[in-house]
Amino acid sequence: MIKYTFTKFTKWSVLKKLIFQEIDDLIIGSIGIVAFMSFLIGGVVAIQTALAIDNPLLPGNLIGFATRQSVVLEFAPTLISIIMAGKVGSFITSSIGTMRVTEQIDALEVMGINSYNYLIFPKIISLLLYPFLITFAMFLGILGGYMASVYAGFSTSFDFIQGIQLDFKVFHIIYTYIKTMLFAFVLATIPSYHGFFMKGGALEVGKASNISFVWTSSVIIIINFIVTQLLLA
Amino acid sequence: MITINKISKSFDNIKTIDKISAVFEKGKTNLIIGQSGSGKTVLMKCLLGLLDIDSGEILYDGKKFDKDNISIISNLRKQIGMVFQGSALFDSMTVLNNILFPLRMFSDKTDSKMITRAKEVIKRVDLRDVDNKFPSEISGGMQKRVAIARAIVLNPRYLFCDEPNSGLDPKTAIIIDKLIKEITVEYNITTVINTHDMNSVMEIGDKIIFLVEGKKIWEGTNQQILNTDDKMINDFVYSSELFKKVKLTQQKN
Repeated sequence: MIKYTFTKFTKWSVLKKLIFQEIDDLIIGSIGIVAFMSFLIGGVVAIQTALAIDNPLLPGNLIGFATRQSVVLEFAPTLISIIMAGKVGSFITSSIGTMRVTEQIDALEVMGINSYNYLIFPKIISLLLYPFLITFAMFLGILGGYMASVYAGFSTSFDFIQGIQLDFKVFHIIYTYIKTMLFAFVLATIPSYHGFFMKGGALEVGKASNISFVWTSSVIIIINFIVTQLLLA
Repeated sequence: MITINKISKSFDNIKTIDKISAVFEKGKTNLIIGQSGSGKTVLMKCLLGLLDIDSGEILYDGKKFDKDNISIISNLRKQIGMVFQGSALFDSMTVLNNILFPLRMFSDKTDSKMITRAKEVIKRVDLRDVDNKFPSEISGGMQKRVAIARAIVLNPRYLFCDEPNSGLDPKTAIIIDKLIKEITVEYNITTVINTHDMNSVMEIGDKIIFLVEGKKIWEGTNQQILNTDDKMINDFVYSSELFKKVKLTQQKN
């Protein structure tokens, strides 16, 4: 499937429109849920850290430090990707699956259009913008942590900001973006595969979306483990 | 003209079509008929290259349909129009955009010329005031017309129709059949139609091949099919009470 996706390209004028459409559907359309989830997750991480380290001997900037580390290394890239596997992955599987059962993919093939390239390539390209979404999630996650810890009285603004600057390693950001790109590829391809090769009718489209979510999230978790082992261990 | 020589296709070692040979003639409506499960759709999908054949060969105007030869296949596919059983219209596009789709994909015309051409074929299939509607907002008969318009917008040399009047009322079915017949003659194209509808057979069957369990057992015209002595064909043709009565009336006369 991957091989065919990158061969026999669709006319550029058409492909360009498809890519912008996919950016709108997959990236812009996900900003709301990503913002909502990241902000609240950041807040919860900060509160739980504050409650867990209720010891006057521990430095006050620890809440900011722990929030930054949790959000940047794990919550923004991995948890948001699992949420995206549900939102974007199901959308991709069900839209391609519906095209399969209603013979729209056959219609493309008969017209001489490479349906792999026409349907999957724009999704892969649009998800190249996925790191921007994760950057946004990181920012809002830390902001959520700041608001929760400062306004709930767990930390001062100075301590929290000092914490998020403490022991900052650029490699952690590189590590996050490496796995984000891998997750983006998984988010575009596994749901497309399940939609493209499904058989049956409307009920099977639902089942395919379900299976696609399970596989996508499982692969994300496995990749997360392998990349972490390789780059951070 | 499309020629098929002894083509076979199996699924899990069960032969779905078995050494079928036939010639589908230009400017005529060529019908593939048979009961459900007789191999009609598989044969059509093999002709279109949507399924790989196990043996035999398919020739489009003498050129071998070779799936591995990408340039031949690409050129050939641009000359093929297809009307699917369920119309297979792109449901996220309006009627006009569905018809414009092949033009946008393969034509270098300007936008205004493409729209003019699309409107020409919309008029040809007798559609009015549906340009900006989505497929789900129009009737089944109209969807078929849109599918036909999309299939002919690039002036194809070959037109394939998979059960074009399934799900339509008898009157609309006849209108669609006649439209396909008219377009076949007007554009001088090779039309291949899959059907099990005897009304279609009688209405537009210039040439008919009859399949039973994946084998071609008869070939002829719509006049010949009425007078054949073949028991299997008679069982198929006269399976409806209406046709039985027609035959009895003919015999009495």
